[in-house]
Amino acid sequence: MSKQDWFLIPIFLILCLVPLSGSRFYVFLATDILIFALFAVSLNLLLGYTGLVSFGHAAYFGIGAYACALLMRKASIVFPVSFVAAGLFGALAALIIGFFCVRLTKIYFAMLTLAFSQIVWAAAFKWNSLTGGDTGFIGVPFPQYLDSKTRYYYFTLAVVVVCLFIIRKVVNSPFGRILTTIRENSERTEFIGINVKFFQLVAFIISGFFSALAGALFGIFNHSVFPDFLFWPASAEVLIMTILGGMYSFFGPVVGAAVVLFLRMQITSYTQYWPLILGMILAVLLFFFPGGIVGFLQNRLTLLRGNR
Amino acid sequence: MILTVENLKKSFDGFVAVNGVSFSIEKGELCSIIGPNGAGKTTVFNLITGYLPLDEGRVIFNGVDITHMRAYQICRLGMRRSFQRTNIFPRLTVFENVQAALLAYRGKSFNFFTPVETLFREETEAILGRVGLQDHSNAMSGSLSYGFQKQLELGIALASEPDVLLLDEPTAGMSTEETSATIELIGRIAHEKGLTLLFTEHDMEVVFSISERILVLHQGQMITEGSPDEVRTNPDVQKVYLGEAR
Repeated sequence: MSKQDWFLIPIFLILCLVPLSGSRFYVFLATDILIFALFAVSLNLLLGYTGLVSFGHAAYFGIGAYACALLMRKASIVFPVSFVAAGLFGALAALIIGFFCVRLTKIYFAMLTLAFSQIVWAAAFKWNSLTGGDTGFIGVPFPQYLDSKTRYYYFTLAVVVVCLFIIRKVVNSPFGRILTTIRENSERTEFIGINVKFFQLVAFIISGFFSALAGALFGIFNHSVFPDFLFWPASAEVLIMTILGGMYSFFGPVVGAAVVLFLRMQITSYTQYWPLILGMILAVLLFFFPGGIVGFLQNRLTLLRGNR
Repeated sequence: MILTVENLKKSFDGFVAVNGVSFSIEKGELCSIIGPNGAGKTTVFNLITGYLPLDEGRVIFNGVDITHMRAYQICRLGMRRSFQRTNIFPRLTVFENVQAALLAYRGKSFNFFTPVETLFREETEAILGRVGLQDHSNAMSGSLSYGFQKQLELGIALASEPDVLLLDEPTAGMSTEETSATIELIGRIAHEKGLTLLFTEHDMEVVFSISERILVLHQGQMITEGSPDEVRTNPDVQKVYLGEAR
């Protein structure tokens, strides 16, 4: 951990203390935020680091959720194995879908990711015998040893911290650096001797793996899995979190997830027009703060330091 | 012969851009391709380096047939290029630009867990020194002046210690001073490293000052080749190129 990471320690301590507040509401919200923070950071490995806009990332989240729940309930496989397997299912799906998608660029790439995610959604929606179809797959239990909101919160916190640590390692590795060169100029990257499509595919697989872990966490947290998890608005929501928080910073998507979920929780208690408000926030942000919340704060910080 | 090009052909929607170009280059030679706008110089580069698929012809590099290879594969065999329009990684620092090229060249790019900032520090600084960017190591490369960006591009290309370097208009858009500094730099590096250099250039002074051999393209065909003196006095060249440009 380098010096500029000092801020992580107090945040981690605060997160550890959340259940002591005694508020079920905050434990619930914090669990939700942690899960979506992991999901958004996974997406950002593609969006902010590799420069690939995936418009169908809910597919991997949903596959993770279904895989973990189904393996536990229908195949009676113990939770830890089901959980890791869910990640692997996500990675496998990303391998298959990514194989086709990385052959396209820009808008075509985005549309193809969307098309594939809709296929996955349709499968979950119609395959009644396996997924429960429209009614969803209800009654996913907490594993016995995690059988309270607080325990599950701590479990989620541990998983998310470990996953973020690993993803951070990856983005700060040579592999991660090459991903940023692909984002900046994929043509030039090919001409330093990099098989760009292969690197994009590997990034896609890693992203799919961690997105599916987030989905698995969410399915259990929710005690049920619905086709909505992998419908396109879910893909849009995680994209919004990532862009709102700031896609050029590692923790930007975490901030985005926290802000979106917190605001949604607050605003939906006053009005049913939450999507309208979210849309306006996003529009303002894209015009005035294209680097997202974190990008904006970083700029301010650099200016302050420069003035001293 | 380090590079042999045989009967290269390429057309775009019926327009024949390159029509049967053949030439070969010896190891260590400094060659340039000249020709008026639209003569097909850049297309020839694109065909050789695997940037565009060719319609007909063969490209042999170091005894290997690279005609149908992908760009990154050709790169790994030791051929590098720069681009006419500057082609760098703008939102990375100067240091990171060159370091990325080193990572790729030294086979470290598929490494997931080593902190990248610890790798190839000295080598990167050495290359930056060679192309005159040692004082700009931490600058965002996209905010550099145009001349510096061109130098950086050269640094990226050099990082991989290529056998053959193809430079597409290395001084395009530069001031006269920048041009002569860059040309001196390129000439010096080529001699030090024993590089084989093939470049296109619009500035005649530059071409005649550093080329050992000049290939002249006109409307997709090669009309002549030879030493600077031979080319300068060739009546065909004067007619299609020098006469028209001056």
